[in-house]
Amino acid sequence: MSDVTSDTALAAAKSAKVETPFQRFRAEFFESKIATVALGVFLIIVLLAILAPWITPQNPYDLAQVSVMDGRLPPGSEAFDGYTMWLGSDGSGRDLYSAILYGLRISLTVGLASGVIALLIGMAIGLIAAYAGGRIEAFIMRIVDLQLSFPASLVALMMVAALGKGVDKIILALVIAQWAYYARTVRATALVERGKEYVEAAQCLGISRSRVVFRHILPNCMAPLIVVGTVQTASAISLEATLSFLGVGLPQTEPSIGVLIANGFEYMLSGRYWISVFPGVALLLTVVSINLVGDHLRDVLNPRLRK
Amino acid sequence: MTVFIIRRMLQALLVVFLMSVIVFFGVNIVGDPVYMLVSPDADQADIEAAIARLGLDRPIWEQYWLFLKGAAQGDLGNSFIFGEPALKLILHHMPATMELAFSALILAIVIGIPLGLYAGLYPDSRISKGIMAASIFGFSLPTFWVGLMLIMLFAVELRWVPATGRGDLGSFLGFQSSLFTLDGLSHLFLPALNLALLKISLAIRLTRAGVREAMGQDYVKYARAKGLSTRRIILVHVMKNIMIPVVTVMGLEFGSLIGFSVVTETIFAWPGMGKLLIDAILQLDRPVVVAYLMIIVLFFVLINLIVDILYSILDPRVRLQDQGA
Repeated sequence: MSDVTSDTALAAAKSAKVETPFQRFRAEFFESKIATVALGVFLIIVLLAILAPWITPQNPYDLAQVSVMDGRLPPGSEAFDGYTMWLGSDGSGRDLYSAILYGLRISLTVGLASGVIALLIGMAIGLIAAYAGGRIEAFIMRIVDLQLSFPASLVALMMVAALGKGVDKIILALVIAQWAYYARTVRATALVERGKEYVEAAQCLGISRSRVVFRHILPNCMAPLIVVGTVQTASAISLEATLSFLGVGLPQTEPSIGVLIANGFEYMLSGRYWISVFPGVALLLTVVSINLVGDHLRDVLNPRLRK
Repeated sequence: MTVFIIRRMLQALLVVFLMSVIVFFGVNIVGDPVYMLVSPDADQADIEAAIARLGLDRPIWEQYWLFLKGAAQGDLGNSFIFGEPALKLILHHMPATMELAFSALILAIVIGIPLGLYAGLYPDSRISKGIMAASIFGFSLPTFWVGLMLIMLFAVELRWVPATGRGDLGSFLGFQSSLFTLDGLSHLFLPALNLALLKISLAIRLTRAGVREAMGQDYVKYARAKGLSTRRIILVHVMKNIMIPVVTVMGLEFGSLIGFSVVTETIFAWPGMGKLLIDAILQLDRPVVVAYLMIIVLFFVLINLIVDILYSILDPRVRLQDQGA
């Protein structure tokens, strides 16, 4: 019984303090253990990728540092140069631990870059649709609906079939495959926000149209946009890996995680599992941790679920 | 009604035309297939002869016009590599893909719906929470990675089923399929399961949500009050009501199964259209790439058209809304 009273007292004390929206958001986010752990895992992955040149025993793409003598060594073997290859080595003698961290750099860059660009483009188009209305809106939404009737993976595949290989081309393909998701989200939220009283008030005050859109409506569209952004970024990373695995994504000179897994595939049937499995685990941790964070963000940022 | 259908069909035609422009120009601007096809020691005259033979010396507008004219007659050009009509190649590989996609759809329904039913009926049990957690993984794990794991576990370690290929074909009522031989089925199992995983997760979630909603409805309470057994309520009354949306969505997903089969076919060396596409992209076999993409576009546009028309028959509001816009 005393627990209950102390709880209510605590809640009262909490509500007495003025809490900024960000503080409340932070408190609610860290309430979920799974989301906290997932965020931690993701941050560690990002950190490892950034620090790769300083914390790996070799640069796997500097030919002077790679020895063919080390090819296909199982995990824990000692390399020719004396260090231990904890995750083994791949077909051309690269230390897998180093290769994975370098690969993560490419995978994360592609995923984040395409995510951000698609977000900006989709946001602009969605805002235009919501604010212009009429024929422009109908036209834009037709295109969005049309594109969303094809799965994103198929659109991306079509694009790489047309564009060819390369980092810039993959990013472009992913942006084309994903902008519509952002545009749809922004337009739906912006339409709701536009009908609200604060927008009317701002217009009555004679505030310019662009200021209303960018300073008043846009910030209120951010919550769903962030949620869609996390989920789409995870799917961009996994799409890039898929395309690279199929051999139509990044070239061998830009070895992302997907390329590493593809290289290991040929050894898998002969029982040398580690060349594919460890990069796969890295990809899995990345994608699943982003998805878990996004899933929880959806709950926290949804005003309807707010206590 | 007729006006609506005609308008939708015109729209569909427009989409197919636009996609043909995008696909054709996109694919034909990249890379140069000639250098892959003539031998390295060929001289300039040989190269020019090859270019002329492939029709690559004409301006791209003319190439597109010829392509469009051919396409209207069902000719999508000849494969650079095989020298056969691209359309024939794709149609030849289509049954394998259809078989895979169809088996995956059946697997998704047979596995997904019972699991979803259980999770919906006992939302608090441990097993249900396990099922839901598994379905989250089903959604976020990349298909190709799951495929690798399946090969490693079932084909390399346990050696239960073969890892690649299609196996023996059996014939039944004039259809040739791996479904009719034991060897074929053993080859089909892993790829079909791999392709089905995403859809199994989807079926679980849809069924669970449907069941949870249905269990609180008046007709269920009434059936209870009437003294019907729980078994009968669930299997007859609840299932009847939730099956319609679940089966509709799953049917709609058939198109995306064919799209996703590109990945599965490549991993399991399944000789379908998806693998043909990837090989064609890697070998710069443009006519095959263009033909595949056009067929997929046509397929999706057709599915959407049928769904739109069906919906407009079932729900007149869809039709009215369209006229208003």
